[in-house]
Amino acid sequence: MTTIGVLGLQGAFREHIRSVEASGAEGMVVKKIEQLDEIDGLIIPGGESTTIRRLIDKYNFLEPIRQFGQQGKPIFGTCAGLILLASEIDGSYDVHLGLMDIRVRRNAFGRQRESFEAPLDIKGVADQYNAVFIRAPYIEGVGDGATVLAEYEGNIVAAKQDNFLACSFHPELTDDHRLTEHFVQMVEASKKSLAS
Amino acid sequence: MAQTGTDRVKRGMAEMQKGGVIMDVVNAEQAKIAEEAGAVAVMALERVPSDIRAAGGVARMADPTIVEEVMNAVSIPVMAKARIGHITEARVLESMGVDYIDESEVLTPADEIYHIKKDDYTVPFVCGCRNLGEATRRIREGASMLRTKGEPGTGNIVEAVSHMRQVQSQIRQLQSMSEDEVMVYAKDHGAPFDLLLEIREEGRLPVVNFAAGGIATPADASLMMQLGADGVFVGSGIFKSDNPAKFARAIVEATTHYDDYKLIAEISKGLGTAMKGIEMSTLTEDQRMQERSQ
Repeated sequence: MTTIGVLGLQGAFREHIRSVEASGAEGMVVKKIEQLDEIDGLIIPGGESTTIRRLIDKYNFLEPIRQFGQQGKPIFGTCAGLILLASEIDGSYDVHLGLMDIRVRRNAFGRQRESFEAPLDIKGVADQYNAVFIRAPYIEGVGDGATVLAEYEGNIVAAKQDNFLACSFHPELTDDHRLTEHFVQMVEASKKSLAS
Repeated sequence: MAQTGTDRVKRGMAEMQKGGVIMDVVNAEQAKIAEEAGAVAVMALERVPSDIRAAGGVARMADPTIVEEVMNAVSIPVMAKARIGHITEARVLESMGVDYIDESEVLTPADEIYHIKKDDYTVPFVCGCRNLGEATRRIREGASMLRTKGEPGTGNIVEAVSHMRQVQSQIRQLQSMSEDEVMVYAKDHGAPFDLLLEIREEGRLPVVNFAAGGIATPADASLMMQLGADGVFVGSGIFKSDNPAKFARAIVEATTHYDDYKLIAEISKGLGTAMKGIEMSTLTEDQRMQERSQ
């Protein structure tokens, strides 16, 4: 069985577990560094990115998660998770994990009253996908290594780079599990190739 | 195409706050301390509840200058309180771009009968509740998030515990009921029948329920999380303590790792004095803020 961890320091991690399990993998809430050894892929959920970052620092999660990713194990960042994966945030190189070659702007669509849901086409994953954006960031630009998967009104809202996947909306808040299923497939493929 | 202010967007915003601590602040400096300590949001106020209690008189929406100052100081969401039933205070806060409105019994109610019809707004609302009747009425009015009422500004956890236990226990009772029994329950508790059926089916409320009203220590925060709270509001507890920054950090950690008692022991060491607190029996009926709405 493929086990996917969801970083459970703060945010909507239980919804991700539900979505992972609906996609045919086993879900595990990750609160301690040791648990990274027990999982094949990791989801960094939505929540408050500053809060999650502070707790990552407090429990020295930053380097172990970075190593997890550098070993080729898949990581999926949603909303706050996308911010944590980026190599540039709000024009500053003071980044968190810096695993993906993407430039991110926080709260890019505005405050909560500007939060919205809209149908989205995600390249190679899903058409007419109902995406929920909550005080969401977007990707201002991607480097050579990263591929754009979805745009909303000209702004990049999903991208992929090797074993990393990121989106600025919340796949865990609806019953449409197609994007999570795509990540589960990435994890299954990497598990096979890392084993051989 | 794009839809704003949907239930999913408004309730989803509260989902993102789960496992976090929302802190009361009265100026930009406190807001920055809260953000730095790892708060998921701040509640911008003119006075914290214990000071509202001490000051007496009518408590109203904060001066918009304070709310604006806090909004400019931090990147985390900013909440603000409107009086129960005060449609204009709520609209004013919405127009300023506040991220969440607390229709709160901490302020003096503007309407003794009606709450705001909250589903008309783009901005989401949080409301207090003591039981499933209050919880479901607020949800039907359009609240996207709930919290226990507790007894604000007392630093005494006893009422918040009682309200959280009450809601949880009523959900469990509901789950064992047949549909005809739910109808009588709906009548007796003034609760919308169809919403009760939904809660019976899911075994939980359709919105998150935070703890509020009396949390003063890291152990209090952990206790509320164990009783099933989705997160914690801390009002007077932080900035009425000896060392607010340290206190704030400790409460954030205790909320994340609420079942790690060794850790809670560590972070509780040498925190200094918590806020003084008030024993419930010393409050007269009209001093109990929780009685201000049904």
